[in-house]
Parts: sequence; C-alpha cells; structure tokens
Amino acid sequence: MHKRKLNFSEAINEGIDQAMGKDKSVIVMGLGVDDPKRIFGTTRNLIEKYGKNRVFDLPTSENAFTGFAIGASLGNIKPILVHQRVEFALLTMDQIINQAAKWFYMNDGLMNVPIVIRLIVGRGWGQGPQHSQNLSSLFAHIPGLKVVSPSSPNDAKGLMIASILDKNPIIFFENRWLHTTYGDVPKDFFRETIGKSKIISRGTDITLVADSYMTIEIINAKKILKDFNINPEIIDLRTLRPIDEKTIIKSVNKTGKLLAVDSGWVKFGISAEILSIVNENINKNIISKRIGIKDTPIPSTRSLANHSYPNAVTIASEVLKLFDIKPKNMFNKYSKFVPGDIPNENFRGPF
Amino acid sequence: MKVKKKILLELYFDMLRMRSVETRIAQEYSKQEMRCPVHLSVGQEAIACGISKNLQKKDKVFSAHRSHYHYLAKGGNLNSMIAELFGKESGCAGGKGGSMHLIDLKAGLFAAVPIVGSTIPIGVGLAWANKINNKKDLVVIYFGEGSTEEGVFYESINFAGIHDLNILFVCENNLYSVYSGLGNRQAKKRNLVSISKSMGISATKLNGNNIETVFIESNKIINNIKTTNKPHLLELSTYRHLEHCGPFNDDKLNYREQKEINYWLKKCPLKNFEKLLLNKKIINDQTINKYIKKIDNELNQAFNKARSDKFPNKNKLFTNVYA
Repeated sequence: MHKRKLNFSEAINEGIDQAMGKDKSVIVMGLGVDDPKRIFGTTRNLIEKYGKNRVFDLPTSENAFTGFAIGASLGNIKPILVHQRVEFALLTMDQIINQAAKWFYMNDGLMNVPIVIRLIVGRGWGQGPQHSQNLSSLFAHIPGLKVVSPSSPNDAKGLMIASILDKNPIIFFENRWLHTTYGDVPKDFFRETIGKSKIISRGTDITLVADSYMTIEIINAKKILKDFNINPEIIDLRTLRPIDEKTIIKSVNKTGKLLAVDSGWVKFGISAEILSIVNENINKNIISKRIGIKDTPIPSTRSLANHSYPNAVTIASEVLKLFDIKPKNMFNKYSKFVPGDIPNENFRGPF
Repeated sequence: MKVKKKILLELYFDMLRMRSVETRIAQEYSKQEMRCPVHLSVGQEAIACGISKNLQKKDKVFSAHRSHYHYLAKGGNLNSMIAELFGKESGCAGGKGGSMHLIDLKAGLFAAVPIVGSTIPIGVGLAWANKINNKKDLVVIYFGEGSTEEGVFYESINFAGIHDLNILFVCENNLYSVYSGLGNRQAKKRNLVSISKSMGISATKLNGNNIETVFIESNKIINNIKTTNKPHLLELSTYRHLEHCGPFNDDKLNYREQKEINYWLKKCPLKNFEKLLLNKKIINDQTINKYIKKIDNELNQAFNKARSDKFPNKNKLFTNVYA
C-alpha cells in the first residue's frame, strides 16, 4: 500500500471521508462539524463533498442528539458523532450507557446500534478541570461498548474505518495533542483490528503498556532507558475494550516486569485493569507498577498542570526504581523529553 | 365525523382486551412467577387504542415504562409479551428485557425503556433517518407528563421542529409521577400546548379518556402530519387506576384525594364507552359476554404457554452483548 506522512487529524479526516465515499448511509454530526475550524481539521471538506444532508451541525443538546444518533442508527443510518471535549459527553451518559450499550442485549439481538462517538481529550494551554479529563475507563467499564484509543495516524485512520464498519456503539478517544503528530498512513481504504494491541518495539527487560498519547511518552522513555541498558517491550493498547489480554500476558510472561502507564487517573482505571489481567493470568512473581495522572482534578495553570501528567522522565524513573537503580538529576539530563503545556512549538492555543 | 359501527365495536373490543390483559396480570402477579416490575395501564385504554387504530403497520411506536397498551394496541404479540413477563426464552426480548423492554418489530413497536424521557430522542432519531432516507413512515412517541419535565424532551421537540420530522408526540398526562403530584412538579399556569407551539410544534390537548375523541382527533392529526411532514404534540389527560408499579390499588397511602379518585373512576374510558354502546344499542350483554369469553380463552392460552415455556439456557447470559 502506498504510504505518505499525514498528521493524526488528517488521518481521521481521510478515514471518515473514504468511509462516506463508500457508504451513503454514513453521516457526521456534532456541534461545529461544519464550522470554520472543522473539529481541529478532522471534518475538513466533508460538507463541501457530501452536503448538508450528511453533515449536520446541531443544537446544543448533547443528551438528545446522542439519542438522535441511536435512533438514526435503527433506521439504517451510520452516524459519527463528535464532541470537541469528552466532558460534553457526560451530559449524554443515559443515552450511551443505558441505551446504546444495552440496546442489542435488551432486545436479545433484534436490533444493533452502529454508531461512532468521537471524544476528544484536551490537554495543556490551561484547559483546566473540565476540558482535559481522560475518562476512558468510565466507558471501558461498560459491556456493550467498544472503546478505541489510538496513538498513531495510521491507527487513527485504520481504527476510524473499523469503527464505522463495526456493528456496535464505539467510543473513539482522541487526545488533542495527537492531532498534530505525523506518521506514515496508507492512502487506501483499510482497517485496523479493534481489540488488538500493537507491539511498538520488542524488548526483554520490562513491559511498558499505554494507550493514546501516553504511548509517545513510553517510546521516549525507552530512549532514556537505553542509557541504563534496559530494553523495554512497548505495547500500544489501541483498544481499551475489548482489551488485548493475550499480548499483555505473553509479553509480561517473557519480561517478568510491568509498568502500566495510564492516560487517566490510576485508581479504578485502565492500569488497574492491566495489573489485574497480569495478576490473574500469570502464575509467577511479577514486579509490577502503575503510573498515571495525579489523583486530583487537573488545574488550569501550567505551573501545576504540568505535574499532573506522567512523562518520559517520570516513566523512566519508575522503571529504574523497579531495577533498584536510583539515578540523580534525571530531569536536568533528559529535559528535552519533558513536555510543557503545548504539544509542539507551533501550537498557539487557544484549545 | 361519524364513526362506523364496525369501528366502534372494534375499539370497544380492543379496549376490553387490553384491560383484561392488565387485570389478568394483576390477578396472577401474586403467584410470583412474573418476577419483574410491571407498570399497569388500567384506566388509560382509550389513548393507545384510539391512536393505534389510525396507524399503519409500517408506522413505528416508541414507549416508556408503562408500555403494555402501546404494545398491544400496535398489534404486539400477546404470547411473547406474557412470556417476557415470565422471563421465558419465548419472550419478545428472550427474557432479557422484562415488562419494561417490550418490543415487536413486526408490529412496529420499536422500543420501550423505563428511563424517563429516554426514548423521546431515539424516536426522533428514527424519524430523522426516515427523512434522510426519503421514507414517509410516521413515528409515534408515547411518554408521560413526567417526561416533559426532562431537558431531553425540549431538546427533542426543538430538533423535530427544525427538521420537519414526521412524528406524533403523545403525552399521557395521568397527573402523577410515582407518588408525586403535579403540584410539586409543575407551575400551575404551565401549558404544554403553548410551550410546544412556542417551539414551533403544533399541539393539541384532548380528553384522553374518551375513545371517540381520541380516535377522531388523532385521525385528523395523523393525516395532517403525513401530508405536511411536520410534527405534532398531543397531550391527553387521563388517570391510572392502580399503583405506579405493581398489581394493586395503593390509594390507602393517601397520596391522591378520594374526591379526585372518584372523579376519575367515573370517567373510566372503558365503562363509559360500554354504557354508551349499550344505550345506543350498538352492543348488547350477549355480545359483551362473547367478547369476554374470547379474550379469556386467549389469555388462558397465553398464560399457560408462558408457564410451560422454557427459561433461557444459562449460556444465553453471554449472547448478544455485541452484534
């Protein structure tokens, strides 16, 4: 397949565009999908190409329009619904958890709900307590939902297409900081497998597991760990529900050590699930630890918010602790791996 | 509009049948075989019966927790409904839904759910899909007046109005949300018809206990929706004779005034219609008894079948979580 560099939002845009081109029943809906900013570029050109009957700006009625999406899916429409921040989806939890997730089960297979709900997680530039939460574990807790959380442009496109083609309600997480990251993406219409993680790099000493933007941090952590002759195996989960237990178990069985890096809060979260999978499936002593966002709301000011998140240095430091290595001046030495409050130097805000 | 004798008899039979189903469920409930909450609709027969008489099979109906009549009036299969209440595999939802999740796609009863107001946007979404797909089918969404206190109701009628969707919103106003009367919930001067109109939805309020009124007026309204492709809201006043949830009368709890109860019992849609048909000699006791016998037979069969049908195998717990 012919590949070229695209950024994450271009990849999502291309995935949606190609799916709409192939299937007339695919529609896009959400506040601002046709506005000048086009959801960080992810809905660019769609209304021009597919018109007002397939790309819908909506009233500010999140709860109702999630219901509209469910209802439309019962009428042979495949809606892609987008919220510019996860937090707005909290207004729709009745429709997502009570209705979409259970519809197929509670009518015992008579009608399914094929919808994609895109949830964008904010970060940095003072987003604050209600614009930067990663709440993926809330959704991953619910049987009947699938929760997808890619980290690369390739997977953003491949999993977006897979989500649109899936017969179930899909919660599709996008970290705002990923939108401007580049990677090779095939031009063709292709899909990645929902429920399958990806081993980003093979290693023997410890397994590092993450999803979404935290995958980038563990890739950077590996660069630091090289200086200490530690060779980690890196797993990008890509899907949170169903979670790829097999790959995790196999890797940890081999390395004997695990650090689960959580994109959200640690307690009752995705990393807790990963540690449980290992604990329940491996019959030998495993040294394991989890790290994630500090156990507080995320404040606006960068002087505090920057400390909320794990980064390559804090991740590498945790790994070193598991190897009883206590290096000094990690932050000074590896400062280039510590992000500030913007994803890249070109970012000028405001969201 | 004068309603033909044949139709009047059918309306009577349908109401009598629906009432008999609920009464039988109430009678049998104490045997503890139907182990799911039931929200019986006794006293509210005229609404579903009168409206459904004007619907075609392809028209779709959404309902809420008190859904038995909406299901039956739309032609939902009785055996599947009773089996669902018994939790049997032959139930309309394989026993996974219970009384609060009745469904019969063949009959066009699309869904019922107990979260107040929750099916309103889903019904609107289906009507929206119909519009996108150039289909003219009508969507009927039933809900109680409690639903009109939910934000999602306003969000939904707003959208239906903006997009000119073929929807009949039916508000069954029985004055109570569980034990809470209207006084604690709505301003005295609140007027759903004018609220709807101010949001661009035409609306009408009718006596929901008069089957002829409901039948004749909903006929006009439904025809109008189908020709103009614009939604309409119909508010119907009515009263539930039994407790909010369960087989009994709970008026000993004194949450409704005896005067009010007496007033509404006098307005019983079934008894009054029966009296009217007897007075006009459209029906006689002999025919009524014939109807009762026929319905009893049907109910005996449905209950016997539900009783003897199998429970789902335990592996069914895990089926149909995902499509």
